[in-house]
Amino acid sequence: MAILLDKNSRVVVQGITGSEGTFHTRESVKFGTKVVAGVTPGKGGMDVDGIPVYNRVADAVEKQGANVAALYTPAAFSADAIIESIEAGIGLVVCMTEGIPVTDMIKVKQVLKTSNARMIGCNCPGITTPGVGKIGFMPSFIHKKGNVGVISRSGTLTYEAIWQLTNLGIGQSTSIGIGGDPIPGSGFVDMLALYEKDPDTVALVMIGEIGGTAEEEAAEFIKSNLTKPVVSFIAGRTAPPGRRMGHAGAIISGGKGTADEKFKALEAAGVIVEKNPAEIGKRIQEILAKKKGKKK
Amino acid sequence: MKIHEYQAKSLLRAYNVPVPNGEVADTPEKARDIAKSLNKTSIVKAQIHAGGRGKGGGVKVAKTPEEAYEAAKKILGMQLITHQTGPEGIKVQKVLVEETSNIKKELYLGMVVDRARDKECIVFMASEAGGMDIEEVAKATPEKIIKCAVPPAVGFSPFEARKLAYGLGLGTDKSLSAQFANITKGLYELFVAKDASLVEINPLVLTVEGNLIAVDAKINFDDDGLFRNPDIKQLRDENEEDPLEVIAKNAGVNYIKLDGNIACMVNGAGLAMTTMDLIKMAGGEPANFLDVGGGASPDQIEKAFRILTADPNVKAILVNIFGGILRCDRVANGIIQAAKNIDMKLPMVIRLQGTNVDEGKKLLKESGLKFTVADGLYEAAEKVVALLK
Repeated sequence: MAILLDKNSRVVVQGITGSEGTFHTRESVKFGTKVVAGVTPGKGGMDVDGIPVYNRVADAVEKQGANVAALYTPAAFSADAIIESIEAGIGLVVCMTEGIPVTDMIKVKQVLKTSNARMIGCNCPGITTPGVGKIGFMPSFIHKKGNVGVISRSGTLTYEAIWQLTNLGIGQSTSIGIGGDPIPGSGFVDMLALYEKDPDTVALVMIGEIGGTAEEEAAEFIKSNLTKPVVSFIAGRTAPPGRRMGHAGAIISGGKGTADEKFKALEAAGVIVEKNPAEIGKRIQEILAKKKGKKK
Repeated sequence: MKIHEYQAKSLLRAYNVPVPNGEVADTPEKARDIAKSLNKTSIVKAQIHAGGRGKGGGVKVAKTPEEAYEAAKKILGMQLITHQTGPEGIKVQKVLVEETSNIKKELYLGMVVDRARDKECIVFMASEAGGMDIEEVAKATPEKIIKCAVPPAVGFSPFEARKLAYGLGLGTDKSLSAQFANITKGLYELFVAKDASLVEINPLVLTVEGNLIAVDAKINFDDDGLFRNPDIKQLRDENEEDPLEVIAKNAGVNYIKLDGNIACMVNGAGLAMTTMDLIKMAGGEPANFLDVGGGASPDQIEKAFRILTADPNVKAILVNIFGGILRCDRVANGIIQAAKNIDMKLPMVIRLQGTNVDEGKKLLKESGLKFTVADGLYEAAEKVVALLK
């Protein structure tokens, strides 16, 4: 089962005719993803490798039964495209685009609050459920089907963690990049709740970074709601305060949002904190070995 | 993006927020002329992107135009050191000369975006403890800060202005509460229209004459909103930034200079931060943050190398790439091209993983370049630190 993406997921790609959109659509189709439509306003009637392109998301929903949207739209038009998807009844919106203004995301959050849709991103590598499909651009070869959930604010660091697991023979249920922006569509807490309910996930890797309070919120949530073990790493212990470290959201402001604060909060919540990111896979391996031992 | 106080004040003026009369000067002569036209006691303020200017000697009161000339002469060109500039300070290129106010009370008024889960809105913060470092106030006496979260769907309402005014002790004075409502309305409009990320009026001065006036102003902007605010974008002052960071920014490379001696070139912001952390963990000091990005071409990688090697502190380089969209063979070609075009003598550790890793490694091996190979994440950091021992 895993989470977010399953066999019934039918994907519409917004921005499919752009070079990024086309390239990553092809990659995700190769990975098994059911891409049923594309949307680029003004290019309706075209097709990309036989995938029909429409002017509106509503057409993709009506004619192709799309229920998941993947966005590769330019930053300036992304908030509009996200809201269009939500209004069209799409249940899961995943936006890869980087550079969306914070005030636009404030608006998007308002719309999300009044709908049942979930949103992942922006500024994220997407979601992968091995054996089912992927949205976004996590490299296909790193994944292996299994029972560990991986959730992260970073892109390449997520690949590192997944690759470590795969090399140890440990597969993943669903891997999610929630994105590096200050206001993401979904935070750690929303996703942790889904993983907790998912019978296919037995343990979790959570990778945070400096800035904001998402990790502290996650720690609170884990303390009272999570029965599954979590291994966590926070990037940016050596980052200087007041500087935006690549991601718009990765900034220590007013002395708040440091890696050490976050490590502390997670540790207090019973999370297995690993300060050496090269050891994340091994910590999970130990947890799984212990579980196996108990079962015997 | 940060802007200068004088630029912030001119924006405030455009949104009907009262600021002292004054103008910016880049010569002592001009400062004298401005003081003359103000025709009263003036204040000469260094314009740099850092707080604490007064303590560093960057703010002087001048009773006469001649004193304004002398003050500007002292301040212009000085390396102003404050708690926010670092030990080398920032060279002052401009001064703001403006009229002084008869201060009855100093207040604080600020705006930020609350990014916490289920908040996601613009928040006003106000305090009667104006003129002080607000972070200190928040720590020592948090009850002195009143907050007002603006519901995004509705926008800023007059009752919220009244709520803040009461909190500041201005609520029962008809004139002051009207002035305050006007100021907060203007600030909210400015914040939203220009994609600001932070506004601080500290102090907002209540004058003896019964007026509210923004005596100091700081406004930061969301870099991601600059594309639709060309007027704000052109307020950028490259003199305030590290010269290498300016070159990097213009080359499309995400680079932040640090104080260490091990340069790193990484793809992805999270992995770039992590690489810095690992260098430190292995006993070294990172010289920079550098994310070459997902679409980096060999040219882009060469540019990145030029920036890294231009830092005289750098004694070794760590390349850490996890190829996803960015293919390892492309990175290898970039490294080879850079080594050819730049005289690279620094020792280097290269760690490649991911897409086309074997092709990448083969290219590097056949290039005849001298470098150390690492496979593991921590191993790479240990090896580069060992090179310096």
